[in-house]
Amino acid sequence: MSDASAPSSAFQNCTASAGPAGKTLLETRGLSKNFGGVKAVTDVDFRLGRGELRCLIGPNGAGKSTFFKMLSGQLPPTAGTILFDGSDITGEPPHRIARLGIGIKNQVPSVWDGLSVYEHFFIAAHRRLGARRAAAVADELLMKLGLATLARRDVGALAHGERQWVEIGMTMAQDAKLILLDEPTAGMATDEVERTVALLRDVNVSTSLIIVEHDMQFISMIAGIVTVFHQGRILIEATMENVLANPVVREVYLGAGRPGR
Amino acid sequence: MEYLIVTLIGVVFAIASLVLLALGLAIIYGMMGVINLAQGEFIMLGAYTVVLSSAHGLQLWVGMAMAPVVVGVVGLVVERCIIRFLYGRLLDTMLATWGLSLGLIAAVTLILGPSTEGVATPFGHVAIGGYAVSAYNLFVIAATGFLVALTWGVFNRTRFGLIARGAMQNADMVAALGIHPPTIYMMTFALGSALAGLAGAIMAPLTGVVPSLGLAFVAKVFITVTVGGAAIFSGTLGAGTLLGAIESAVSFISTPIYGQVAMLGCALVVLRFAPQGISGLWRRSG
Amino acid sequence: MAPVRLSALEPLLWGACAVVLAVLPFALSTFQVVQITVFLIFCLLAVSLDLSWGLAGLLSFGQAAFFGLGGYAYAILCANDETPGAALAAGIVAGGVAAGLLGYIAFYGRLSAMFLAVTTLVVTLILLQVLGSTADPSYHIGAAVLGGYNGMTNIPSLLPEPTPFFWTVGGLLFLLIVSGRLLMAAPFGRVLAAIRENERRVELLGYDARWHKLAIFALSGAIAGLAGALFASWGGFINPEVFSLAQSAQVVIWVLVGGRGSLYGAAIGAFLVQAMTQYLGSIGTAYTTLVLGALLVSFVLVMPNGLLPTFLRGLSSIGIRQR
Ligand SMILES: Nc1ncnc2c1ncn2[C@@H]1O[C@H](COP(=O)(O)OP(=O)(O)OP(=O)(O)O)[C@@H](O)[C@H]1O
Ligand SMILES: [Mg+2]
Repeated sequence: MSDASAPSSAFQNCTASAGPAGKTLLETRGLSKNFGGVKAVTDVDFRLGRGELRCLIGPNGAGKSTFFKMLSGQLPPTAGTILFDGSDITGEPPHRIARLGIGIKNQVPSVWDGLSVYEHFFIAAHRRLGARRAAAVADELLMKLGLATLARRDVGALAHGERQWVEIGMTMAQDAKLILLDEPTAGMATDEVERTVALLRDVNVSTSLIIVEHDMQFISMIAGIVTVFHQGRILIEATMENVLANPVVREVYLGAGRPGR
Repeated sequence: MEYLIVTLIGVVFAIASLVLLALGLAIIYGMMGVINLAQGEFIMLGAYTVVLSSAHGLQLWVGMAMAPVVVGVVGLVVERCIIRFLYGRLLDTMLATWGLSLGLIAAVTLILGPSTEGVATPFGHVAIGGYAVSAYNLFVIAATGFLVALTWGVFNRTRFGLIARGAMQNADMVAALGIHPPTIYMMTFALGSALAGLAGAIMAPLTGVVPSLGLAFVAKVFITVTVGGAAIFSGTLGAGTLLGAIESAVSFISTPIYGQVAMLGCALVVLRFAPQGISGLWRRSG
Repeated sequence: MAPVRLSALEPLLWGACAVVLAVLPFALSTFQVVQITVFLIFCLLAVSLDLSWGLAGLLSFGQAAFFGLGGYAYAILCANDETPGAALAAGIVAGGVAAGLLGYIAFYGRLSAMFLAVTTLVVTLILLQVLGSTADPSYHIGAAVLGGYNGMTNIPSLLPEPTPFFWTVGGLLFLLIVSGRLLMAAPFGRVLAAIRENERRVELLGYDARWHKLAIFALSGAIAGLAGALFASWGGFINPEVFSLAQSAQVVIWVLVGGRGSLYGAAIGAFLVQAMTQYLGSIGTAYTTLVLGALLVSFVLVMPNGLLPTFLRGLSSIGIRQR
């Protein structure tokens, strides 16, 4: 909180009441990432309660993906600390962070093209479960996601939206405490987006979620608290209505890029 | 004192020959990100150019001037016929150039025979106190210095160099300037090949020239380039200095073969902690 | 990639192979039995590379080095009056430990695939020179004189009779392929395949990819070491030629030509290419090297998937299902 920019500190006060209380699951303090001279993320103090569903928005280049990559151990922070579920995970390698219970779907789809849909879910579940129970989890997920008919198909042969679901499904099979989704509905048709919203609500019953999205419709549907990133900092944290009503946010989006593309 | 100077010259010679042999591959690797496993055979072809031209009564210097041209053309043909189909497939590029390496060794053996050829070492010796130092070794040191400076100039002071470095950073941007990036790659590969040929020509008077000549050098060259990393000049000079010093020190107290073993050991330690090579270390801190 | 899920037909194929291996010695002359035995040893080596390259995407240019180290370990222990069985075990350990050390540096240092290839190649070349420089009788390990480029001779055989030796080698190859196929279908094998496809994704699920890669790489080196020990036992000699560039390339060529990822392709490739080299070798080694080089270049350019996968795809495209 020490060096927050003027608008940020002004709005952060009003968010404290907006968010549901509950125990903290994830907290970052002064989290920053520089790429050479580029300040991708600057001094972010972020807090997420257990069971919460949070949306992260912001114009292109705001630092959302970089923030996610630091949380999941794919990028070491330049400064600051990350506390997850009571332990300091700053600078830990990705596989350790995953074991502690953070699952992520990156913005760029990353799947195993030569492996089947079933294998994706099985491998995701098998880290924690024995072969038989992992197989059961995989079967259950195939049904839940409506991918049962594609189970034996190589993921490389699937359509874009289906690949996105496979990746979302993997984070679910992993049984994480916190799932990070970077633009999960990119490339999906409207009905697919609606199904995804229903699915994520269901996931949220047992798991905390942070979702980066550009699609305002999706965010309105999924509700929850919205955190707005801008130029690597948190600009405001509030409900969707309040965010949309905020003149600074409008300015940022109209001036520095459009939501969606 | 004199002994010290002679030893120092020996060390600097080891470093210089390492840099000389590695420079061509360092450019190919630094600019294009690919390792040409036939680089040793390009060195061998350069050496044979000198041997053959001398056998036809030409002056040593003429052969040395011809070597980079001959091998540069070979590189150009290889790039057009093989490498350009494999851009973005790093391992496949290595495999194909490995096949090329085997093919070149076999072809030269079939055409020129397996026997060892040689050219006389020119210049004789200079006396430093009670010691005699081969003047040609001093020439190799000077030639290396000149070549490093020249290629540095090409990449930092000419239009080609600027565009080539631009293509390395961002191929799309160079394409937007109306320059075809594949042309740049082609020229870079030819340049790296030509430098290998010249290195072979310069080393020819110091070694017996056989079809498998490249094998004697490639291990050193690969180690130097991988330890050097992507920064062509600082990487090669840094790695060359480190490895050349270690090699000559260990060779001095045991045999040249253990010198190479020590180089390898040092390289493995460096790579374990700096997987991008030593120039990766400088970049990270810089 | 060839399909790796085991189909119901596969055990039938195994049964057929087992029968062929069992009866083959009765149909062949002793000379042919000895010939085929060395081909099978090379099949072992090819399959060892396919386990790391085809399954996990880890291309080693130094598989011949693990093979050679296995052979030397066998020879050295035999010369020191150890039993051939213990010497064989030493060959396996030598290959596995060498691969494990290199793998540790490469995977825990996060070297790229290209660096793994270069490093393994350089290690092989340097082993060639080091062992070549041991001509002086002062280079010995116990009673084992290394012998420089002449290498070591009079190495006792595991089994002096050709036919039992054939069955041993054939049985080992059979076991390797069957257990390798089962491994590929098992969770560990699936994780390795996932690492080959996208390592980061595997790590984000909580798997330590480095450890998985190290395990398969060391296993692959151990099998190459076993093949090397069998080779030393087969011919009664071993020399630094096993570390030559042509030898290292040959292993890669076998797997590339036969096709990666199924283990069968690797074995087929080793058999075919070796039969061809044998024939060409009678004309002259330079021709062999020339053809090997040409094979390597042309397969990379024209048929990068190798014969077996291309053939199977051809079958399925004319209507015969390949599962
Ligand atoms: N690996 C990298 N190296 C250098 N700069 C980077 C790297 N990754 C991101 N950046 C820069 O950091 C800034 C933040 O990027 P980031 O991808 O986090 O934004 P984002 O909010 O996810 O944007 P988008 O909505 O387009 O996905 C950008 O200016 C980007 O160019
Ligand atoms: Mg992003």
